[in-house]
Amino acid sequence: MKADEKFTYETWPAAPEKQTLDGKNKFLGFWLFLGGETVLFATLFATYLALKDRVPNSDHYLAKDLFEIPLVFVMTMLLLTSSLTSVYAMYHMKNFNFKKMQLWLGITVLLGLAFLGFEVYEFNHYVHEYHHTFTSSAFGTAFYTLVGFHGAHVAFGLAWIITLMVRNAKRGLDLYTAPKFYVASLYWHFIDVVWVFIFTVVYLMGMVG
Amino acid sequence: MANEELNSGNPKVDIEYRRRKSAEEMRYQVVSFAMMIFLTFVAFIAVGYDISGWFTIPFILVLAIIQVGFQLYYFMHMSHKGHEAPALFLYSGVFVAFITLLAFVTIIWW
Repeated sequence: MKADEKFTYETWPAAPEKQTLDGKNKFLGFWLFLGGETVLFATLFATYLALKDRVPNSDHYLAKDLFEIPLVFVMTMLLLTSSLTSVYAMYHMKNFNFKKMQLWLGITVLLGLAFLGFEVYEFNHYVHEYHHTFTSSAFGTAFYTLVGFHGAHVAFGLAWIITLMVRNAKRGLDLYTAPKFYVASLYWHFIDVVWVFIFTVVYLMGMVG
Repeated sequence: MANEELNSGNPKVDIEYRRRKSAEEMRYQVVSFAMMIFLTFVAFIAVGYDISGWFTIPFILVLAIIQVGFQLYYFMHMSHKGHEAPALFLYSGVFVAFITLLAFVTIIWW
């Protein structure tokens, strides 16, 4: 099977992302990368836990003063929903429905942008209302490194998905483009996996004290 | 390949089978999503009600791990065949992650 072969709904394979050697390698390599990402985020989480609330003096705000439930809840719902919409996108990819896949990827991107907007607002709020900055304390550095690294992943994921959507808008689905979309959706889910631990370990555990 | 096993020689039968398969798969996805939303709600409520931290912290950590399980096994399809290597990579990462976290929260003090 050639990568640029033209398909119809009837001839489209059940697992198009793994039909070609290129697709199989992408799939395997990407999971290896996700294993590495797990370790990367673990180091950031570990650093955060070791440095949480480590501030030079009592003028500095601590985790329980900073975090508020409503904002984190809205951000969590946005990212969780965007994970479902990218599942829908892959469902349509497997059914060889390029237009619907693009539509759901578009919705995923909008939800991701909304999440990022809230994060920008949040960081801005901490910096200006609480003087909680990257350099104000060890706690600040560990917090912004961990949460900011996740935010950077969201931004990168958005750029990735938008690029795929624009670049392949005319080409549509074939065995060359299907693995690309599939791997990007895996990345997007992984961002949500990391966020589940961020909202639990950083925000919820921070509010508990 | 999963696809090759499905070829019965009659494309109509295969398509019908696949359509049903993917509809069933989609139901699992939606149920997973509902469970994940539910687990998130429970975690936020547990923190909102301010029960003792000795209970809340392990409780919300367990909820997070269950939720990530749904994400990995359903949304990221790890429950499907052909995910042995991904599981090896991911769990190797988790193993190193666990040791790193253990080290940083236990043997580092100030």
